[in-house]
Amino acid sequence: MAVSEITVEEVAAERNEPSHRRALRDWICRKPLGAAGAFVVLFFIFLAAVAELITVYDPVANSFESMHVPPGAAHWFGTDQFGRDILTRIIFGARTALLVGFLASVVGSTLGLVLGVTSAYFGGRFDLIFQRIMDVFMSFPLIIMALAVVSIFGTGIQNVILAITIPFIPRCARVVRSSALAVREIPYVDAARTLGFVHTRIILRHMVPNVMAPYLIMLTTFMGQAILLEASLSYLGLGVQEPTPAWGLMLQGGAEEYAESAPWIPIFPGLAITTAVFAFNLFGDALRDTLDPRLRSE
Amino acid sequence: MPNLLEVRDLKTQFFTSSGTVRAVDGISYDVEEGETVALVGESGCGKSVSALSILRLIPNPPGRIVGGSVRFMGQNLLDLNDEGIRHVRGRQISMVFQEPMTSLNPVLTIGLQLTEMMELHLGLNNEEATRKAAEYLDMVGIADSKRRLKQYPHHLSGGMRQRVMIAMALCCEPRLIIADEPTTALDVTIQAQILEVMKDLSQRLGVALIIITHNLGVVARYADRVNVMYAGKIIERGNARDIYKNPRHPYTLGLLHSVPRMDLPRKEKLDPIDGQPPDLTKLPEGCAFRVRCRYEVEKCGVEVPHLESIGTGHLSACWQKNDLHNAAAGVSS
Repeated sequence: MAVSEITVEEVAAERNEPSHRRALRDWICRKPLGAAGAFVVLFFIFLAAVAELITVYDPVANSFESMHVPPGAAHWFGTDQFGRDILTRIIFGARTALLVGFLASVVGSTLGLVLGVTSAYFGGRFDLIFQRIMDVFMSFPLIIMALAVVSIFGTGIQNVILAITIPFIPRCARVVRSSALAVREIPYVDAARTLGFVHTRIILRHMVPNVMAPYLIMLTTFMGQAILLEASLSYLGLGVQEPTPAWGLMLQGGAEEYAESAPWIPIFPGLAITTAVFAFNLFGDALRDTLDPRLRSE
Repeated sequence: MPNLLEVRDLKTQFFTSSGTVRAVDGISYDVEEGETVALVGESGCGKSVSALSILRLIPNPPGRIVGGSVRFMGQNLLDLNDEGIRHVRGRQISMVFQEPMTSLNPVLTIGLQLTEMMELHLGLNNEEATRKAAEYLDMVGIADSKRRLKQYPHHLSGGMRQRVMIAMALCCEPRLIIADEPTTALDVTIQAQILEVMKDLSQRLGVALIIITHNLGVVARYADRVNVMYAGKIIERGNARDIYKNPRHPYTLGLLHSVPRMDLPRKEKLDPIDGQPPDLTKLPEGCAFRVRCRYEVEKCGVEVPHLESIGTGHLSACWQKNDLHNAAAGVSS
């Protein structure tokens, strides 16, 4: 281990570049698909961040002079039934999708992380009861659970985030718990107890950092799923409401009526959803391969 | 000298589906201030469990301390609440574990793991704790301690990690360190170094030491007093010299016979103890060692022998203890 590290550093020094940059380049060469995924994700983040600067049309204002305009020089992706530019709405929609995707997956998997490790740490009866509660939550399909939450709390972007977060918690908790169970058996956890640390410190400081790999994998997987869920909820009319630009909503507005007469209305938001979810999944897979030493082939 | 630790009739049992495991079955021993006491025995005789019981670290379920008392500086540790025992752990009594490779957290730096406990127990700020951490690393013989503090456990070799563990055990200035097989996972040349460090520092800092081991060489060299355990009981106790020169329990005798000796004429073969350690869920009637013993008499199957004195500070739990004298002479000659 130490030997290989030294050689990597030496080689990097020879080439006169920092070792982390070299490590990144190595990773890109080894995982071109994952790197492509990461690139697309970064591209969407960039679009969402500078949406105002790179678009010329208003994403929400109707314009009845330019309804159903097919893709062309003025409107690259065409316009929808209200005359709004589809490219503009996709770019602003990325903002909604990423906001929901990031918040729901980060909050959901982080809560799951803490709960999963806690469950594994205490074990015994606490673990048993806690896991059965998680089972109850997991017995609902993701979309049904999200639907239930939205019907209780109402629509709106905060509630959509909540609706997607809640079903993520038990899924992450389950996966993290299984890793944490193995960590629990390693002597340093008992060693921490012999040093007189309180439970919360052992859980948060000594165990949580050791289950980062499964956590990060769940996190990236959830991001794709969250974007898909948000689109589904919006499509069903239970998510983000008009006129906020959201991919699922654009799909719903266009799919039924205009599939034949103006196919660009549903096609482009559909492509955006597919691309984003695919990119997140590719990135997540590559990350899993990199972080999981058992899958590493060197 | 007053006793630092008094273990009395300690009983720890594990309640498993295949029956109750009587891992520690009524043991009593004392540790004086600054003294080194050894607990010796083969695997599964209850040495580690008895040590973990002192700090109440027995996983429950399935384990439970079912009886006895552990008085540390006059206070029964078994009566303390969770908060109370936490202030004893690491602060008053600390532990060194068997596996230096896994007893340090791989994702935290050495410095963080050392300073964390000093900040907690001694209320030091980060700067003071870091300075002290470096001092203790120097003390246990780790060179370039300032740089080591920033390193992770995988940068260190097994012996170095065990030194770090010792530094961790020492840094809150405890009164007692329990070392559970501290050298088993290390190679032989490192073993001696680690033991030297421990012995030297415990003497210099006046810390009492409980060494749990199955290595009789360790015992001979480093322990003041020895407790030999078998099947959850202490079956012989005495100072290290008595145990070696004049063992009065067939089990101790057997252990000594099964170690190659450099100081005796070379024998053709070692003379191991026959059989297996007993199943702790169903101990035989009478003496637990009876089935493997060469000196068995009728009384052994009827009545459990208790520790009885056979000289100053030398006790044995065997009905034949006085007749063993001649057999023992063979070892020590």
